[in-house]
Order: sequence, then C-alpha cells, then structure tokens
Amino acid sequence: MSSRRYAGPLRGVVFFALLASLPSFNLAHWVLNILVFTLMYAVMSSSWNLVGGFAGYPSLGHAAFFGIGAYAMALWFQHHAIHSGYEPFLLLPLVGLLAAAIGLPVAVIAMRTRSDVFAIVTITLLFVTQTLAFNLRGLTNGAQGLSIAAPPFSAGTFERPFYYTLIVLLALAMGITFGVMRSKLGLSLAAVRADEDKARGIGVRVLGVKLLSFSVSVGLTAMVGGIWAYYEGFIYPQFAVDPLVTIAIVLMTFLGGRATLWGPVLGAFILETGQQTLAYSLGGSQFYLIAYAMVFLLVMLLMPRGIVPSIQDRLRQRRRRIEVDAGAPRPSSPRMTRSSDTRSSVPALKGHG
Amino acid sequence: MHALIQGIILGVLTAGVYALMASGQTLIFGIMKVVNLAQGAMVILGAYLSYQLFTSFGIDPLLAIPITTVAMFILGVAVQLLFLRPLKAEDRSELSLLVTFAVALLLEGIMSVTWKTSVRSINTGYANSSWTVFGYQITLVRLWAFLLSIAALLVLYLLLNRTRFGRAIRATVQNPESARLLGVESSRVSALGFGLGAATAAAAGSVYGLLYPFNSGSHYDLISRLLSIVLLGGLGSIGGAVVGALIVSTSSAVVASAISPSWSEMTFFVILLLVLLIRPQGLFGTTARGAI
Repeated sequence: MSSRRYAGPLRGVVFFALLASLPSFNLAHWVLNILVFTLMYAVMSSSWNLVGGFAGYPSLGHAAFFGIGAYAMALWFQHHAIHSGYEPFLLLPLVGLLAAAIGLPVAVIAMRTRSDVFAIVTITLLFVTQTLAFNLRGLTNGAQGLSIAAPPFSAGTFERPFYYTLIVLLALAMGITFGVMRSKLGLSLAAVRADEDKARGIGVRVLGVKLLSFSVSVGLTAMVGGIWAYYEGFIYPQFAVDPLVTIAIVLMTFLGGRATLWGPVLGAFILETGQQTLAYSLGGSQFYLIAYAMVFLLVMLLMPRGIVPSIQDRLRQRRRRIEVDAGAPRPSSPRMTRSSDTRSSVPALKGHG
Repeated sequence: MHALIQGIILGVLTAGVYALMASGQTLIFGIMKVVNLAQGAMVILGAYLSYQLFTSFGIDPLLAIPITTVAMFILGVAVQLLFLRPLKAEDRSELSLLVTFAVALLLEGIMSVTWKTSVRSINTGYANSSWTVFGYQITLVRLWAFLLSIAALLVLYLLLNRTRFGRAIRATVQNPESARLLGVESSRVSALGFGLGAATAAAAGSVYGLLYPFNSGSHYDLISRLLSIVLLGGLGSIGGAVVGALIVSTSSAVVASAISPSWSEMTFFVILLLVLLIRPQGLFGTTARGAI
C-alpha cells in the first residue's frame, strides 16, 4: 500500500529531474526549440484542464489570454530597458494577475448559466481580442507587430533560461492540479461538473470555485504568453491571438485525458513534438490543417476519454483480476457469509408476517 | 445625423444575411443542443460553390442558390451521420463543440487547398450600381442581398410551419421526449435538421459572396458574430436570431459610421455581455424548453 502512495510524487520527481537534465546533453538547438514549445503547451493544457477538465466548462478563449500575456510583456518592455535579461521572467506573476483581472468580469457573466454559453462567450472573446490587437494601432502597433529587445544570453545556451522557467511553470501548474485533486476544491469542481444544480443545493460554492479555477487557469496561460513573446522577440496579432492555439490546448487535454494530472502533459508531448516535426516535413502547407483536423476528429470519435483514463481502467481491471486470482478464498468467504445472512433474514421476515 | 441614418440603413440591409446564417445555427442548436462552430465555414463553402458556378458557368448567385443548398444539405447530413451521431449522449454537448470546431478546420483546410488562400469576390454586372434616395446611398447589391435573405427566411418559415417535417422539427425542439413518444424519429430529424442548417448556410453563403470578398480564413470573422447573434436572441429561437441579427449589425454599422470602425467589432461583444448580465438565457430564449 505504501509503495503506491509514494508512486505519484516519485513519478513527478523522476519526470522533472529528467526534464531538467535534458539541456546538459548538448542537444541541438532545434531539439531544444521543440522542447521549449512542448513545455509551453504542456503548461497551457495543464492549466486549461483546471477549468475545462475539472469544472467541465470548456473555454475556447484561452488563446486570448495567451495573447494578452504576450502583449502585456511586449508593451512593458517598450518603456523599460532589459539589462540582465531576467527582468521579463520576474514580471510574469504580474502578467498572470493582469490576465486574471481581465478574465474575471467576463467569466462572472459567462459562467452563470450553461457551459454552451460559456464556450460561446469565450470564443467570441478570442476573436474580439484578436480584432482589438489589429485595430488599436496606438497601443499594439496593429498588423506591424511589436518587438522586444533581444535577451543578452549567449547564443550557445540561449534557450536555457526559457526552458527552466517553463519547467518551473509546469511544476506550478501540475502542483496546483495535484493539490486540487487531493482537496475539497477538487471535490467541489467534480460536483459542479456532474450536476451543478445539485452541487449548489448541497452547499457547494458553485460560482466561487468556478471563478477560482478560471482565473488560475487564464493567469498561467497568460504567463506562457509572456514567455513566448520574449522568446520570439517579435509578436504579430495573428500569431499572438490564434484560434489554433486554443484548439491545440484543448486537443492535447482531450488526447491525454481530461481531469487527470498527467493527461494534458502527455497530450502536449505527443502532439506538439508530432506537430513540429510535421511542420518541418510538410513545410506548413495547407494539408497540415486537414491532417490536424483529421487527428482531432479521430481522437474525439475513437477515444473521447483520452489515453490516461483508458490506461488507468485497463490497469485497475488487471490489478483486480490479480487480487482475485491470488487471494480467492479469503476475500470471498466473508462476502459469502454476509450474503447468506441476508438470505436467511428474508424468510425470517416472511415468517413474522 | 446623416451618418447615423446611413449607418442604420446599411445595418438593416446587412442584417438579412446574418439572420439567415444565424437561423440555421439556432435551428441546429434547437434540435440537437449542438453549438455548431462550423456554421461559418459552411457559409464560406457556400460562397465558394456559388463563386465557382458563377466563374465556370456564368450562373448568377441568385440562381445558384437551389444548387448550392441541395449540395450543402447533403454535406450537412453527412457531417451529422459521420461525426455527431457516434458521440455518446452523456457528453455530447461538450464534445460536439469540439467536433464541429474540428469540422470547421477541416473545411477551411479543404477550401484553402481547392481555392488557395487568395481573396475572391463575385463580381456581377450589378455589383457597383447604386441609388440615392433622399441623399442616402443604397447599393443595389445590398438591397438584392437583403431581399434574397428575406425570401430564404420565408421559405424556412413555411417549411417549419406548413409541412409534416417542419412539425416534427418543432416538436423535437420543444420537447424531445414527447416528440419521440408521439412517433417522431429523433435520429432522422437530427440528421435532416443538420442538413437544413447547412442548407441555410449555403443560401447565406451565396448572398455573402455577393456582398463581401472572402477567403478560406473568413469563417473566423463569422463565427464570433454568428454566435453572438444566436446567444443574444436566445439559443434555439429563430425569431430571436432575426432580432439578434438586426441589433448586432445595426449597432456595428452605427458605431462604425458615428465613432470609429476600430470599435465596431467590439460593439456586439459589449451588447452580448450586457444582455447576458440581465437575461442569461438571451432575449427570446427559454430555460425550460426550446422556442421556435
């Protein structure tokens, strides 16, 4: 029993130790580049999972908050100089708070009713944000985009600061998820997902937990947006606020498994590495979109619950079978007596009648 | 003042085509409780079909409508059978959102492979003629588009209110269980209803192609606007979709002409949030059952 209790945290420690040691293997820049993007998506799908997976409110507007984070970062460093190169990373918590503050009023209105309405309002928010990024030229410089001063990191180890910051963010996102799953908050969110009216009836603070999970989720997403802006050095509205980012996050979470700790991360590692290699080989042609949509449809139709829950079910079944095979006489004997008790009580009752 | 009235005229004329698109979307929601994110992509596909018929065979978009609606009706039924019917009932409403989004991407990909991504427009002989009435400009093509949309909406209305199939649809929207008990085959109604929604998208696409230049990515511009209209009017209510279209498109046009075009894209979102704040179910939506 005790070995199973420590298996979860141990898995986490091994995973993060492995991730942290990867850059010391002198990987090529393009490999590290793929890893940086994979980590970005792992953080974002983990945080999407908090609201889309656990609360059952599928947000289609997370790309808007990614963009808000990116623009917040770019705008701040229009007016502030970068000396050591690490200032943008220190700004990240503020970027997250800003996004949460922008998202909260929208969520208060959109989360009052059903999840369909929420999905519609969030996707509308996404396109409105994109249009604003194009139109508010005084602030965002419109289609010309914004640039951030290049970080003074040496070319040989350029990716590392971004990579390690993203590992910290992923640990944060997964730590929050782990905490949620072990706490009353997780139970409340599961109740909201299963039946919101009943949850409210038994005293769950429905709106509170939904809003909390939404703000944490969009805050983390905006922080990734900020890192992305600094990493790219140049942002354009169509890439900063891109519906495909939303789609990717959602797809990764669904592929790996909603409302699980490892599902979104697994989905991100499978899809983002696959996507980047596909983009290299197909050269970003139009067929890429078709292939992407087909993968999406296949996942939805063939494996709507995702990889992790499917494997967990398989393992649980096997474990039960092993338990039954190994200790067949012992667990079955008390059950036998109990059932014989009830059986004997029925005629007794009848006799009384 | 002149700009304001010009804005209102423009908005009302444009509202017709949006009402047509949104009525298909709200119909699909009413029947299946599916928010169809592919409606915009189907409109653009309709526009491309009508563009192709015009450039290859010289068929006027108006005359192309019967052809494109039939083609898109078949496509809609196929999409429902292939991608939506297999979903399990317990999480259909959540998964269908994502499945229709994937269908939208698939259609966008197919369109950009078939017609490339350059912007197309349908230039009919009457595209640039206009009248001036009391100093207000009315372009012929917009008036034409408006009348066409009204005619298509009228056909939809008659179909829903004067035929057996329409009665089955209305019954399903109002109370799916009772409809099933009374012998309405709900799976058939769902497939045909999705087809009907796609057919209205095709009709709207022909009109849209007359009004605006478009490319395969244009459906992104439509999605948010259409969804806002549908939510504003109340999910599942066709009358609500028409009123929602009028509100959204006149307010955008008025803001564009009176304040600045930059903010006009923002207008409908603000209106949407305000309406949802006061009436979470939309203007004509009901929480208990569908309304047609």
